[in-house]
Amino acid sequence: MYPRQFEYVAPSGLDEALALLDDNPGAKVLAGGMSLLPLMKMRLLSPELVVDIGRIGGLGDITDNGDTISIGALVRHAEVASSSLIQAQGAALAAAASWTGDRQVRNRGTCCGSMAHADVAADQPVAALALGATMVAASSSGVREIAAADFFVDVMTSALAPNEILTEVRIPKAGAGAGSAYDKLGRRGGHSDYAVAGAAASVTRSNGSVSAASVAVTGVGVRPVLAGAVAEALVGSDGSDAAVEAAAAHAVAGVEVLEDLYGSVEYKIHLAKVFTARAVKAALAAAG
Amino acid sequence: MQVSMSVNGRQVSGDVEPRTLLVHFLREDLRLTGTHVGCETSYCGACTVEIDGKAVLSCTMLAVQAEGADVTTVEGLAQDGQLHPVQEGFWERHGLQCGFCTPGMIMSAVTLLQENDNPSEEEIRRGIEGNLCRCTGYHNIVRAVEYAGAKMRGEEPPPAEWEES
Repeated sequence: MYPRQFEYVAPSGLDEALALLDDNPGAKVLAGGMSLLPLMKMRLLSPELVVDIGRIGGLGDITDNGDTISIGALVRHAEVASSSLIQAQGAALAAAASWTGDRQVRNRGTCCGSMAHADVAADQPVAALALGATMVAASSSGVREIAAADFFVDVMTSALAPNEILTEVRIPKAGAGAGSAYDKLGRRGGHSDYAVAGAAASVTRSNGSVSAASVAVTGVGVRPVLAGAVAEALVGSDGSDAAVEAAAAHAVAGVEVLEDLYGSVEYKIHLAKVFTARAVKAALAAAG
Repeated sequence: MQVSMSVNGRQVSGDVEPRTLLVHFLREDLRLTGTHVGCETSYCGACTVEIDGKAVLSCTMLAVQAEGADVTTVEGLAQDGQLHPVQEGFWERHGLQCGFCTPGMIMSAVTLLQENDNPSEEEIRRGIEGNLCRCTGYHNIVRAVEYAGAKMRGEEPPPAEWEES
């Protein structure tokens, strides 16, 4: 199964890559290739130019900025999953990366690529939403920061312009009394494969009650989405199992749930509530 | 486009179209047909090779992306006529039936044991989750990897289940 013919360029600098995107509106950016190449092989996508950013220096680092952690465009899923910094400060994202694809996919695919691809059932976008990540997009006219909440627009559609490259995902570090978690049912059972449905949660406890919460669900609609009503119900509660389950009942409030090959609307709604409760409980446990 | 890389310790180069997948460069240009083409959709793992120490899918990588890389295929495992311990494990513990998934399974297992020299059964099963066996012969594949791990640690492998203990 071959892709259609295309031109291939592997620039050594970001400026050169961005100039190529300006000059070739139909070009696609290649990093790990775990989403782009299958689409091209199945001929769902046939770009005339592929700009491989894999040779650009300085994009492969996980950086501790003090209050935040930067994940560069070439950081692989396996590196996010095994990073002790991300495990400690953004556990939901580390878990999501550890359950993305399979071992081979995690060795090549990139965290930023997963965000840019914006699959409706992907793991890492929903963790980025719950953690309140910032997406850093570069173009020839400069750098733009996009809140994760504004980044996932529609089915496989992000807020990136065609001439932009997502160079960094930046997550805030968990503060005192904070914890996060992600859980899902995979299409092949357990945590394997894309999510039939899943949820990520980030919570903060203080003085015996939940002082802040952010919850997001994946696999249920056209995009990963914040479950604002769940967070609202959690904040101010005691974080007991009963409070969590009452809050999780709002998991798909305001979401148009769609069926797919892996589950009916009813089943997805059920799973979204179950995994929202599990993710919130795990996040609360991590928060101490 | 010109591409050059190291394959099984040998420096190779070729003239390929940008769309040439690494697996086709290996099989058709280098005639290394040990690496198999299975599902072609990044699910089955039959095309798994080792690149710079990591298991990757050679059907989901352009040959030009491997420029300058260090590639090992199943053909590169045996040394001086001696099977690699993972190959020996598949032989000794009947880790293959039809054999189609075997090269990918072996490359996956080799890299798994490089990362974790004493994996639990669960870690082995998780480590080969990206490799599908259409004969469903996972049980003996796990035993084969356990055998290889023991050999590589310099230990006596556990007895085969069909041997008297």
